[in-house]
Amino acid sequence: MTNDFAMSCPLRAGDQGIIELAHGGGGRAMERLLDTIIRPAFAEPMLERRHDGAVLAIDGPIAFTTDSYVVKPLVFPGADIGTLAVNGTVNDLAMCGAQPLYLSVGFILEEGLPIATLGRVTASMREAARTAGVRLVTGDTKVVDRGKADGMFINTAGVGRIVAQAAIEPSSVRPGDVVILSGDIGRHGISVMAAREGLAFETMIESDCAPLAAPVLDLIRGGIAVHCLRDLTRGGLASALVEVAEATDFGIHLEEKLVLVCAEVNAACELLGLDPFHVANEGRFIAFVPRADAEAAIRLMRRHAVTNLATVIGTVTDGPAGQVACRGPFGVSHIIDMLNGEQLPRIC
Amino acid sequence: MKFRDEYRDPVAAHALADAIARLVTQPWTLMEVCGGQTHAIVKFGLDRLLPPEVSLVHGPGCPVCVTPVEYIDKAIEIAARPEVILCSFGDMLRVPGTEGDLLGARAKGGDVRFIYSPLDALALARAKPDREVVFFAVGFETTAPANAMAVYRARQEQIRNFSMLVSHVLVPPAMCALLKAPTNRVQGFLAAGHVCTVMGYEEYEQIAARYQVPIVVTGFEPVDILEGVYMCALQLEQGRCEVENQYSRSVRREGNRPAQDVIREVFRIVRRRWRGIGEIPESGFGLTAAYRDYDAEIRFGSVQTVGEREEECISGVVLRGERKPSECPAFGTRCTPERPLGVTMVSGEGACAAYYRYRRFDSAGGKGG
Amino acid sequence: MCLAVPGRLLSIAGEDPLTRTGRVDFGGVVKEISLAFVPEARVDDYVLVHVGFALTVLDESEAVQAFDDLREMGELLEVEATRLRENSDEIP
Repeated sequence: MTNDFAMSCPLRAGDQGIIELAHGGGGRAMERLLDTIIRPAFAEPMLERRHDGAVLAIDGPIAFTTDSYVVKPLVFPGADIGTLAVNGTVNDLAMCGAQPLYLSVGFILEEGLPIATLGRVTASMREAARTAGVRLVTGDTKVVDRGKADGMFINTAGVGRIVAQAAIEPSSVRPGDVVILSGDIGRHGISVMAAREGLAFETMIESDCAPLAAPVLDLIRGGIAVHCLRDLTRGGLASALVEVAEATDFGIHLEEKLVLVCAEVNAACELLGLDPFHVANEGRFIAFVPRADAEAAIRLMRRHAVTNLATVIGTVTDGPAGQVACRGPFGVSHIIDMLNGEQLPRIC
Repeated sequence: MKFRDEYRDPVAAHALADAIARLVTQPWTLMEVCGGQTHAIVKFGLDRLLPPEVSLVHGPGCPVCVTPVEYIDKAIEIAARPEVILCSFGDMLRVPGTEGDLLGARAKGGDVRFIYSPLDALALARAKPDREVVFFAVGFETTAPANAMAVYRARQEQIRNFSMLVSHVLVPPAMCALLKAPTNRVQGFLAAGHVCTVMGYEEYEQIAARYQVPIVVTGFEPVDILEGVYMCALQLEQGRCEVENQYSRSVRREGNRPAQDVIREVFRIVRRRWRGIGEIPESGFGLTAAYRDYDAEIRFGSVQTVGEREEECISGVVLRGERKPSECPAFGTRCTPERPLGVTMVSGEGACAAYYRYRRFDSAGGKGG
Repeated sequence: MCLAVPGRLLSIAGEDPLTRTGRVDFGGVVKEISLAFVPEARVDDYVLVHVGFALTVLDESEAVQAFDDLREMGELLEVEATRLRENSDEIP
């Protein structure tokens, strides 16, 4: 292998199998990266047009969202940062009652990132986009110095066509509404933790990262009066419930025994001193629907693999405002709240 | 999971609560010492299952809460050094020092990492010979054998780039200090089951005899705690003051001998200051002379005592069991987990934090109805 | 200070008591744990684990005894509750 004495010859960039600063430079090295790795991975006709932006036509009101993904490690059981980046934005659009259509992708790559990793992540993104029924139509690539990006950061922004007639938001929630949880909690956070250096444990748990648009659109088109939707992410079930409760004038009451936690997630939480209610999820949501629609909603959701464990876990009450209370196994209720920051393993 | 689920059985729990209600003929005040027991009581609402005669107060069972502020300051100072990797249990990362906490030190550029086991810190030292790995060793006797083993192996394997900042505390001296105080109202104790798994319970027999208090070594699951309360209340009703072992599946009177051997090899008993309580003689562990090379206080300078500041925070009073968190005028208003006035609100195991997380809407000081 | 969890010992590695480790199953999650403090531990034993170390082998006979006592207490309470119900018009 020749040394760095040969100056920044663009033909050499990429030969070493790692990302170099030149790959973000807007020149030949970057073009080659796009031609050999990124565009083939996404296989998207719009990208072949090589415009500065994608030109699209969408009828009616649209939903628009953005999110950035900084997960570490980049790859973990069941998914990687690419799958997360596509599904996360797809799900935010779905939570607005929109059919997700198009995504943009912004990469910030760290100098030294193996190109094979980038290849793997872009392949995951293509798969995720295909499963979710969306297209990755425009993007950007930058490279930062070694040490500045944990391997890679990804931003995705997305647009979707609003399908719901009524506004799906906290202000539509009413006392008496039921809270439906789409599946069991905690898989994503535990799978990421299991892959972290130093905490590693053997487990079959995989991230629950998945697109949620199909069951959501089914609910809307099935005539269910969906009052509010919220996908569970970093703060877990607790944060999602508290956010909605605090945005309304109402309270929420849950039955702890109705919240599904699989045995492996439970075991990992016991071992590390974590509360499953605060563990991250990437393929779960809560839905607030009128009590009269609850049974039909559950039936519709259970037809989809990603929501086949959908269950009513509680109800919206008259108050106290913003309070989320959970009745435990001994019949005593306690408050569910957001944590101040990230939940850390404890020994105490 | 065997040895866990059956101890969360609601039928057994209600049977015990009923038995306690039938048993008591007068008010009794019991103290559980361990933060893990406090957490279970507040989260599962066990105190609400008990009859009004039985009052449970929460003792200084949170080694995180009682770590003197000067040790946090020292850890922060050490973490700021570029060659250092400061390893700590997750519990310690948000505990406030004089200015900021260990997570803040990380934000300012310090290499601060949380670990699951002290052996992980040792492994890090092996993997990174060009860095100085410092492990912040806190805890009660439960954690002492593990912490001791890390430094024991470091010395055996001649791993030079590893040291420990030690702030261990011991339970029996704290119990005695509480029992000696003129304001003490505690009539019976639930002793910490995991501390006793390591140390046994022989040393509690003297305490029970001297201060005439029943002591029941108790586990951490709801059925354990309720059974411990039952056994303690029964002793009080019968006028006995003995040491009994509720947690017999885990605790033997002599404790764990191999664990005690390693502790004795590595640690010696020293005086310690307990945040919110003050100095208690012979209440902590420090490294023995043979291990001075692994002592972070010798490598990086000893800890300077910081005086207790006059503050609105009454964590000392709460730690001594003299008041409940909900009885503090600042609870839930001027003092919350986001803006804590003292340690019992910051630490997840602190009594104030537990009350805030699970109970605050009950108190006059909280928000809501 | 006291988060210790029970788990079943699946396998043991190493001869030296100080560095002996075991794979412990906590109910679907398996982690390698130091057995330095439980030289008597055997495969299929249940151990109590704190910060990566087994602190004791859990005693099944003690656990069974404790639950027998509790069941007896529960039965006594149930007998009394039945008696109260039979002697009264009201459901307690």
